[in-house]
Amino acid sequence: MSNAALTHGGHISPHSPSLKSRMPMVAEVIDRIQESDKIFTLRLSLHNPEQRQEYRFTPGQFNMLYLHGVGEVAISIASDPDEPHILAHTIKMIGRVTKAMDRLIVGSQIGLRGPFGQSWPLIQAEGGDILVVTGGIGCAPTVGVINYVLMRRHRYGKLTIIQGVKHADDLIWRERYDYWRTFPNTQVLVAADHGGPLWPFRVGPVTEVFDDAGIAPDDTTVMMCGPEGMMIAGTKDLLERGVPEQRIYLSMERNMQCAVGHCGHCQFGAQFLCRQGPIFQYPDVKPLLGIKGF
Amino acid sequence: MDRTLQSQDRYFLPRQSFQSLIDQLALQGFSCVGPTMWDGAIIFDRLDTVSQLPQGVSDRQAPGYYRLESGGDSRWFSWANGPQALKPYLFPSREVLWEGTVDENGGLSFKERLTEPEPLAVLGVRACDLAALAIHDAHFLKGPSPDAHYARRREQLFIVAVDCSHPASTCFCVSTGDGPAATRGYDIALAELDEGFIIDAGSDRGKLILDQLPLSEVNEEQLDQTRSELDAAIAGQTRALPEGPLNRILFDNLDHPRWDDVAQRCLACGNCTSVCPTCFCASENEVPSLDGLSSEHSREWSSCFTQGHSYISGHAIRPDTRTRYRQWLTHKLGSWIDQYGRSGCVGCGRCIAWCPVGIDLTEEVGAICRESGDE
Repeated sequence: MSNAALTHGGHISPHSPSLKSRMPMVAEVIDRIQESDKIFTLRLSLHNPEQRQEYRFTPGQFNMLYLHGVGEVAISIASDPDEPHILAHTIKMIGRVTKAMDRLIVGSQIGLRGPFGQSWPLIQAEGGDILVVTGGIGCAPTVGVINYVLMRRHRYGKLTIIQGVKHADDLIWRERYDYWRTFPNTQVLVAADHGGPLWPFRVGPVTEVFDDAGIAPDDTTVMMCGPEGMMIAGTKDLLERGVPEQRIYLSMERNMQCAVGHCGHCQFGAQFLCRQGPIFQYPDVKPLLGIKGF
Repeated sequence: MDRTLQSQDRYFLPRQSFQSLIDQLALQGFSCVGPTMWDGAIIFDRLDTVSQLPQGVSDRQAPGYYRLESGGDSRWFSWANGPQALKPYLFPSREVLWEGTVDENGGLSFKERLTEPEPLAVLGVRACDLAALAIHDAHFLKGPSPDAHYARRREQLFIVAVDCSHPASTCFCVSTGDGPAATRGYDIALAELDEGFIIDAGSDRGKLILDQLPLSEVNEEQLDQTRSELDAAIAGQTRALPEGPLNRILFDNLDHPRWDDVAQRCLACGNCTSVCPTCFCASENEVPSLDGLSSEHSREWSSCFTQGHSYISGHAIRPDTRTRYRQWLTHKLGSWIDQYGRSGCVGCGRCIAWCPVGIDLTEEVGAICRESGDE
């Protein structure tokens, strides 16, 4: 004899609508763009029309992409939030999952969970200047921001895009930089630690380029994404130039497994990157930034 | 108010009638789990009769040491705790979350793998375990994405707590404020006496069970006896966490030489995180079928002591034992406070007893506080 009143604890109903499924949705590769040897972009569309209809995201958020039998990986969404039926993800082949994803072709189906995390402060930044600083593949999470601003150019002041790469060969989207330059009040600056033949841009750390950027410290929102060393150097330099701490936003990266703040892998001190991040206001990550082991 | 000081709503259950509690739980549809002896340790296992309980057995625990021995009485709960807490019953060491399948055309589909857990009654839950349960409830249920797997098991859990009258040398629940008496979060609580149990209900479900038991009035002498046993259990604890804001102190001392010192001793085996009732880290793994057509996506306990835990883009954020131990301790005793409003340590001492080299976290954090002048 089972007594329902007794065997029902009343903590949280297992059928409560707040208990959303952790299961991925099915997404189809509708386009695949080879950006460089090791970098490719997948444009995805959710298979289920209802899910496609309901899906919304804001720039800076990420999805967990799942490759059958291989696993999941966290990838930020690079496309425009006003076209949420097409979700672009730029992926660099580094680990087990991303290497296997290289085999995906148009028509392939993968799993998608998301969106997760906090986004770039694009609403708060309206009316002022925007400085986007990226390094390496860091450019991918900011492409969404750049396109967002370019599509809504009148809402923002000056847009400055600074891209730093280790080597001239690492620069992808060269044509895109040229295209972005054609927009009004938009400046694109590129620097490589190591140049190469016919490298037309600066050679040296990304911070040197700040001199060319003409930053208005009181009126600029900074959005930074790339290797932590670059973000730390960039932040230090910008603070010296008088940019307030609260106006500097960083996109952080840590091991992600669950993306809902449960698995513990993405912790950065008290912060769960998947929930309180991956985009942080600088003061929120300042105490531990650059300390090895966090 | 502390329930141990009140006599109202507390009753006496004679030892020879204790089986009726197990029977009532079974009759009401619960699978009953309780302390049993297995492989030289007290572990929770299926419990049908009182004869399975560890009668007259006590545990001796010290850093890197756990042994059962004769307890000198004929009680069933004269021990502190075994390696498990409630954790494996709500957050199993491995569980499948969902399953992906491909058809011959490459079409992908997903199937939820939610279990339908049976009502489960756990008998012999300690105050430290209840505190750890409240922490896991906060972690898995109270955030923006409550976990359906945990929620379903939690829903079916009935708790029979037993006040801890025999803390081990490794115990320090008094200093964390979590024991030794069960004060909240249970359905039924017991205090053991030689002749039986003082029993009270902490929930309506608990009251319904109590109504079915052959209870009698509790007398003042019996209450005095449990109070003095609890007082002795409190006085007998020799370990403690340092006073003070450990989140600030630990994060102010990230370069303390003690981290190098403990890294020389720590094997980074992860035993501490396995036995810790509040450690919640899990990795998500893929287990494809041999024909590759289906693949189970599971989560398994993981540990911040492993290399893979902090892997990102081809390297590990925490490449050595020093940074891994520091991550564990600064999280458990420090940043946990910022996350959940309290320390992640409930003073159960399991990480001390089950550490193969006997590292004692109270000793480690104590050294950092002492040597930095914060204590």
